[in-house]
Amino acid sequence: MNILNLFIIVPVLTVCGIMLTKDLKQSRLVSAIGMGVQLILAFVLVYLYLAERGAGNTATMLFMYDAVWFPSLNIHYALGVDGISVAMIALTGIVVFAGIFASWKMEFLPREFFISLIILATGVYGFFISIDLFTMFLFYELAVIPMYILIGIWGTGPKEYSAMKLTLMLMAGSALLLVGILGIYFFSAPAGSPLTFNIMEISKVHIPIEMQRFLFPFTFVGFGILGALFPFHTWSPDGHASAPTAVSMLHAGVLMKLGGYGAFRVAIFLMPQAAQEQAWIFLILTSISVVYGAFSAIVQTDLKYINAYSSVSHCGLVLFAILMMNQTAMNGAIIQMISHGLMTALFFALIGMIYGRTHTRLINEMGGLMKVIPFLGVVYVIAGLASLGLPGFSGFVAEMTIFVGAFQHVDVFHRVVTIVAASSIVITAVYILRVVGILLFGPIKNPHFLELTDAKWYERISTISLVLAITAIGTAPWWLSNMINYSLAPIVERISAVQVTGLF
Amino acid sequence: MNFSDILTMRHELMLTIIALVVLIIDLNLHNRDKHFIIPITLSLFFIHTVVGFLPSQPSTLFGGMYHTTALIVLMKNILNVGVLIILLQSVTWLKKEENREKISEYFILLFSTLIGMYFMISSGDFLMFYLGLELATIPIAALAAYNHHQTKSAEAGIKLILSSALSSGILLFGISLIYGATGSIYFDSISQVYANTPMQVLAFIFFFTGMAFKISLVPFHLWTADVYEGAPINVTSYLSVISKGAAAFILIILMFTVFNTIAPVYNHILYMIAVLTMTIGNLFALRQKNMKRFLAFSSIAQAGFILLGILGGNIMGMTAVIYFVLVYIFSNLGAFGVVSAISTVTGKESMDDYDGLYSTNPKVCLLMMLALFSLAGIPPVAGFFGKFFLFASAASAGYYWLVFIAVLNATISLYYYLLVVKAMFINKNEKPLAYFKSDLATRTGLVISALGIFVLGFWSQIYEIINSLSFGVIH
Repeated sequence: MNILNLFIIVPVLTVCGIMLTKDLKQSRLVSAIGMGVQLILAFVLVYLYLAERGAGNTATMLFMYDAVWFPSLNIHYALGVDGISVAMIALTGIVVFAGIFASWKMEFLPREFFISLIILATGVYGFFISIDLFTMFLFYELAVIPMYILIGIWGTGPKEYSAMKLTLMLMAGSALLLVGILGIYFFSAPAGSPLTFNIMEISKVHIPIEMQRFLFPFTFVGFGILGALFPFHTWSPDGHASAPTAVSMLHAGVLMKLGGYGAFRVAIFLMPQAAQEQAWIFLILTSISVVYGAFSAIVQTDLKYINAYSSVSHCGLVLFAILMMNQTAMNGAIIQMISHGLMTALFFALIGMIYGRTHTRLINEMGGLMKVIPFLGVVYVIAGLASLGLPGFSGFVAEMTIFVGAFQHVDVFHRVVTIVAASSIVITAVYILRVVGILLFGPIKNPHFLELTDAKWYERISTISLVLAITAIGTAPWWLSNMINYSLAPIVERISAVQVTGLF
Repeated sequence: MNFSDILTMRHELMLTIIALVVLIIDLNLHNRDKHFIIPITLSLFFIHTVVGFLPSQPSTLFGGMYHTTALIVLMKNILNVGVLIILLQSVTWLKKEENREKISEYFILLFSTLIGMYFMISSGDFLMFYLGLELATIPIAALAAYNHHQTKSAEAGIKLILSSALSSGILLFGISLIYGATGSIYFDSISQVYANTPMQVLAFIFFFTGMAFKISLVPFHLWTADVYEGAPINVTSYLSVISKGAAAFILIILMFTVFNTIAPVYNHILYMIAVLTMTIGNLFALRQKNMKRFLAFSSIAQAGFILLGILGGNIMGMTAVIYFVLVYIFSNLGAFGVVSAISTVTGKESMDDYDGLYSTNPKVCLLMMLALFSLAGIPPVAGFFGKFFLFASAASAGYYWLVFIAVLNATISLYYYLLVVKAMFINKNEKPLAYFKSDLATRTGLVISALGIFVLGFWSQIYEIINSLSFGVIH
């Protein structure tokens, strides 16, 4: 039995298990056990992966599994992981696990909630372990559609509007993506030999440059929509703000990473020439994302909107770094994905917990919470400091690597966009410190807040697991960085092998 | 006619016998015992469906007028399974007091149209094709007017008969032009000589217009919504699934064999009609509140997707179309089954009546959601695979922009399918429809559709079988 198959089987079994349960207590227990097993599996995978690399296995993809699905179209159920996917799987494991504990008190239709949540998680896991474009696309859509149900039923505020907007925009993204994937498929092999959806096989051929020029925007924007690429990011703030806590965590934490991951694994890796040629357009768009998202976060008054816009900014930075297309910046991009995934999941978990106590998310109505709920307050400060890139936390490692990598380009254009994007660090500090100041310090504005109780045990599990991961990456980034670097090398080599005289 | 010929025509012959048996039983039954016809007919038809799957030899009868191949037998079997589900779903409705005296009429008319479709699919020349088409159309008009005391149903019948008479006329004119241009009515000989001359293109356009009426492609779709709304719900599902499926089958065979030589010409026409059909079907479906009209317009949009496979113009396209129709039968019948069950029990057909249904009837809602997701093309249900293969075949011919338009349309369609999901799961309702338990037949029908929706996608064997059978049809 290949270990990667378990990442699909365990959630499916968990879903079946939840169907048999009767009430909240049972279903959350089953979910917690299932996702706990999944988290352990993720760590086992990291260990096995490192052991395999230590033993001198130099294959690009490890733990390959391949089963023919539709022979006449050469569609396979093909799995395999490299260091990048392993890291993303570990991230997913942590966030999903924390998400289950963050929704420990889901009273309304609990079974349906956990089933949808775990189907979403299955889609995400499946996406990261697939190396066949067809299965990848299938899992991608599988991850998107439960969002509608999750936000629509358990959301708050204008939930129906947000759910519909999110689903339709992401599905429009997958429309672009589908065209890209089909185009890649029909040029995946020289005339006469069988076509393939397998990414590793396709990376051995060169797709004709005219087709690359046509298909790259489709694929990149398709994934970019999920990665909150300006101007297609508008689903993100509404969606995040309306979603229930665990869904915001999963969505900002891992689902948006599908965009970044797909953008380099499919769009840039398979179509490097077009990527080199057109990168400047998307670099401009992503720098706008970065700065615009940060500025928008400053003026928001709703905690979730603040964090949602900060996600737009940080995810923009991921795409920005990927488009720099050198080893250092792309390494930074991957670390940023993981760092932001953990950080933003922590933020959303905290916001959910604070909202559950204060019943408001407007920062102006809150104040002095540090005095009444010190545990949550401290964790909020930690999340904030990690988000603004304080050394010792993961955010610093990620942003530092990204900007060092970006500055390795010597031409004026890249320098300018780098400086523009780097300015977001300052803006981030503004909105983070502003919120921390208003929310946690100062006088208590509402006398009812004096009776608030601090975090329960399940909330502590949820937050502490995320904080641990953030500090672990912040203080000892090399193990992650090495793992990613090793797998990035062949990708960057393929990209830099093509010499294109671009616009800049 | 020897025994092997009888075996060749077993679909048509058996069903004719069944229809006659039903008629004879009906004559000998007392009025109060009429409902016995239902289980008898159902079991007869079930046997017929099973027998259809027995292996058969490809052969030709009547000097080339009639022929079967493994692919054609498969198409007939697909239709049979669909009809079986519809029959199961109509049991509750047929048992109603007002229908008691016309039970056998329902079956006989339905079977007549099905026999017509068999002949149509099996036809080897335009004469047999036209006979089959007429036999498949006219009894449906009678079926649509089944509740003849209701104005809407009677109106549906008359609208259907008038518009199909018109379209048959146009089609027949096309056929006569084809005969005039080529001197033959046999598919084989026409396909040898068909050429890109003005008259033959004109003949094709007339022929295609007639067919477009039958499949309700835009701009020939105007009859659809009214007929679908007026006809009894099970007839509607028959019209929108079986009728359309059979017409799509024969259309793709004709396009790929007879008219293959003028593909460069008809591709432009198909391109435009595909875009129009998908877009306009979707835009109209957005505003519908009546579930039957809603499904009617959504099925117009679905017909547009079928054209993508024809545009592909290769084995992949042919396989994709047949596979899509198969998936579409199960998905649409799942949706229609739920609408039919609810409408039979409560008489409610509006989308607003579905508000908060999940709190009282969760299983039905889940099935409805699955069926709608399958129609919208969401994984992991079968509709995703069906749509994906259609898009792939269009992309294989280089129609990337068309694929893009089509997937955007699939997104639009997702919007209105989600509206139903929203009504059932999200909308609050003080008094949702009360819990109801449907009878065994309805449930069996629903379970078969649900199984189909789930299994067809993962079970790649089915696709491969269709694919292997499609070889040889296209040269």
